[in-house]
Order: sequence, then structure tokens, then C-alpha cells
Amino acid sequence: MGFFKDLLHKSRMKSPWLIHFDCGSCNGCDIEILACLTPVYDVERFGILNIGNPKHADILVVSGTVNYRNAKALKNIYDQMPEPKAVIAIGACGTSGGVFREAYNVLGGVDKVIPVDVYVPGCPAKPEAIIDGVVLALEKLKERQPAKETEPLVADLKKAREFYENREDRQVTG
Amino acid sequence: MEIKTIVYVILAIILAPIAGGLLAGIDRRLTAWFQGRFGPPILQPFYDVIKLLGKDRQVVNYWQIFCVHIYLVAAILCVALFAMQSDLLMIFFVMTIGAVFMVAGAMAAPSPYSQLGAQRELIQMLTYEPLLVIVFVGIYFVTGSFKIDEILAYDRPIFLLLPLLYLVLTFALTIKLRKSPFDISASHHAHQELVRGVLTEYSGPYLAILEIAHWYDIVLILAICSLFWSTSFIGMVILLAVTYLAEIVIDNVTPRMTWKWMLTYVWAVGISLSFFNMALLYAKNF
Repeated sequence: MGFFKDLLHKSRMKSPWLIHFDCGSCNGCDIEILACLTPVYDVERFGILNIGNPKHADILVVSGTVNYRNAKALKNIYDQMPEPKAVIAIGACGTSGGVFREAYNVLGGVDKVIPVDVYVPGCPAKPEAIIDGVVLALEKLKERQPAKETEPLVADLKKAREFYENREDRQVTG
Repeated sequence: MEIKTIVYVILAIILAPIAGGLLAGIDRRLTAWFQGRFGPPILQPFYDVIKLLGKDRQVVNYWQIFCVHIYLVAAILCVALFAMQSDLLMIFFVMTIGAVFMVAGAMAAPSPYSQLGAQRELIQMLTYEPLLVIVFVGIYFVTGSFKIDEILAYDRPIFLLLPLLYLVLTFALTIKLRKSPFDISASHHAHQELVRGVLTEYSGPYLAILEIAHWYDIVLILAICSLFWSTSFIGMVILLAVTYLAEIVIDNVTPRMTWKWMLTYVWAVGISLSFFNMALLYAKNF
């Protein structure tokens, strides 16, 4: 089993798929995150892909402060990601709330809503720092086990049906 | 069934996903090179699939899981039928069943992205399937048979008689590879208006199964392409290499089109090219 475990850990290290969520950032950090994908930094050489779908993603990259309106959306995206997963908070606002932390509508950093694994400071964070943050997150992600599959598939299906039936309680808007 | 056939089938089933994955890796590397980037390692698709297999399963409903497995079985069966040198039409029908189940799985989830992706996937199937049938009929006109063993027994490269039909086949190849300008239902690259289109609701191990089935599909279409120069191994390799390189170049220089453009363009060009090729065949006989 050791061989398969090593293979899985190696694959996890080599293929992190990111989803980027802008939680009310000023776009400074967002532009730096997107800059990582350009030929200058080319994160695809590490297998990093910016995937637009939480169901396929391994790492949630969040920039900007969390406020009362988007906290629910952030939690929703986090819940949709299958285990194992990691969260990176980018920039001064994402890590702590930044200059907006005292504002009446702001909850604070990303860690007020979901557990954060890596904090990347900076205003805005440099692309090198963001890539470094992803590498740090991968070290944590590697050893993480997916939830034990003791439940049979039928139980999963039942849960899926209940989840669908309760969909209106989870609605973000309206 | 002879021992030789069984060995061929087993070899094809084992080697096809490896070849498909390597091809996808080379494809990504070349694309990165065209864009002035370094690109991921050649083995990247395998890392992706192994990682996905190790992820937690997120079940949407029963149908989705069922459909994923049927798609995989149909894709494997197609490659096995090809290795058995069976009937081209039979392979075509089995391939269609797999594709339809993939769409049905996407339709089973209520997500609008996956629904819209599924609709577009159906339109893509509507576009390439008649063309594939026309190509098979063209092969029949030349060799007198739909059976692969009899096509292989034909003593000249079919490509010389059916060059335009080969072009038509590459349209189907582009659509099956999900490459630009025909990547309207799901793109390998992120950031499109549909999230991941028909793949949106498949996640974790089920996405990995879809990816493996996709590799089988690609290998099958390339195998059908290889029938066009079956007389010499070197000719076959050159034909496939040129075809795939052209696919990558077209993928990089064209934008994504709308489904209306795809349907009208591919049918108009494809059907007229086939018509000319058939006319040429008849003119040659007189």
C-alpha cells in the first residue's frame, strides 16, 4: 500500500487545482493572482490550474475582506469543495481585514468564516509570494486524508437528496 | 476467437489510456510552448487523474454515477471492438451510447451550467455523427466492406482516394478532442462562460473516470484516422502526427465559436467535401 500512498501524495503535490474567490477585494490582489498564470510566472509548469469550479478544486484562494453579505457565499463555495482541500488567504485584507477591519459591515479576515491554512500578506501580495503560499498549502494538503468512506454509497445518495430538498434554506440571495 | 485476437484486445485496453494520457500531456506541453510558456510535465494528466481518484466522492444522485460507468464501459468496448477488427458501424453505435450516457449524467443534476453544457454536447454530437457515418460509407465505397480486417487488407492507402473525407474526419476529431473552435460544451482550459460545462457536476473519482474514458475515445478516433494509411507503419505515424499537430495549431489560433456557427459550418463544409470526394471516386471509375 505504501507505493500507492506515495503515488497519491506525489500526484496531489503535482496537480493542485485552484479556485479563486474575490471576497470584496480592491482587485489589486486579484490582478496579482491572475499574473501568476501569465507566461512570466507560468504556474502551469507546477501543474497548477485556475479551475473555475469548486467541485473540481483542491485549493481555495480568497482575496479581500469578508463582510456580512458575502460570508454566506464564501462558506457555500468552501462546502462544495470535496476533501482534501486547503484555503489560502491573500493580501492584507484576506488575512486580517486590512484597513477595512473596523468598518461597520466587515467581519474581518477569511478565517472568521472558514479555516485558513496559509496566510499570504502584502498589499497587494506579490505573485512570487502567492506561488510560495500555494507550495506551503500543498505540504499541508499532502498528508490530509479524505473523510473515511465508512458510509455506503446509498447513505451518500440519501444525503444528496436531502441536500437538494433543503436547497432553499441555503440560498445566498433573495 | 483466436488467441491472437484476445491478446490484441487486452493490449489495446491496457495501452489505450496510457497512450491517450501521454498524448494529452504532450498536447499541453506543445500548447504552452506555442504560448511562450514552459508548460507542465508530460505526465501531468496522469497526476491529475490519480489525484482525482484519491479525492472524496461527492454524490449528486444515482444516475450520474451510473452514467459515468456506462460511458467508461462503452469507451473501453469501442477500443476492444477495434482491436477485434470488428464492424465500423458497430463501433460507431457503441460510441454513441457512451456519449449519450455522458450527457444524460450531466442532465441528471439540476445545475444550470451542467444542463447548458449537456445541451451543447448534444448539438456537438448532432454535428459530428452524420459526418462520421459519411466517412464510414466512403470507406465502404472504396474497400467494399465495413469490417476493419477487410479494410486493412486493401492494398493501397485509402487516404489517396479519400483525402477530402479525411478532412471531414478531422472535424469530428476536433469536436471529440474538445478543441477550439468547437470547445463549446466543455473546455480543458478554465474560465469560460459555462464554468466547466458538461463536466461541472462530475467531481473527484467520477471526473477521473470521465477523463480516462475520454482518453479511450481519443485513441479510438485516432485509430480510425490511422485506417486511412494502413499499408505502411511510417505513413500511418506521419499522417497521425501531422493531423494531431494541425489540431493543436488550430486550437491555439482559433477562438471559441457559437453552436449555430459550428452546426452550419461543419455540416456545409463537411457534406460538400464528402460529396466532391464521392463524385471524384465515381469519375475515376469511368
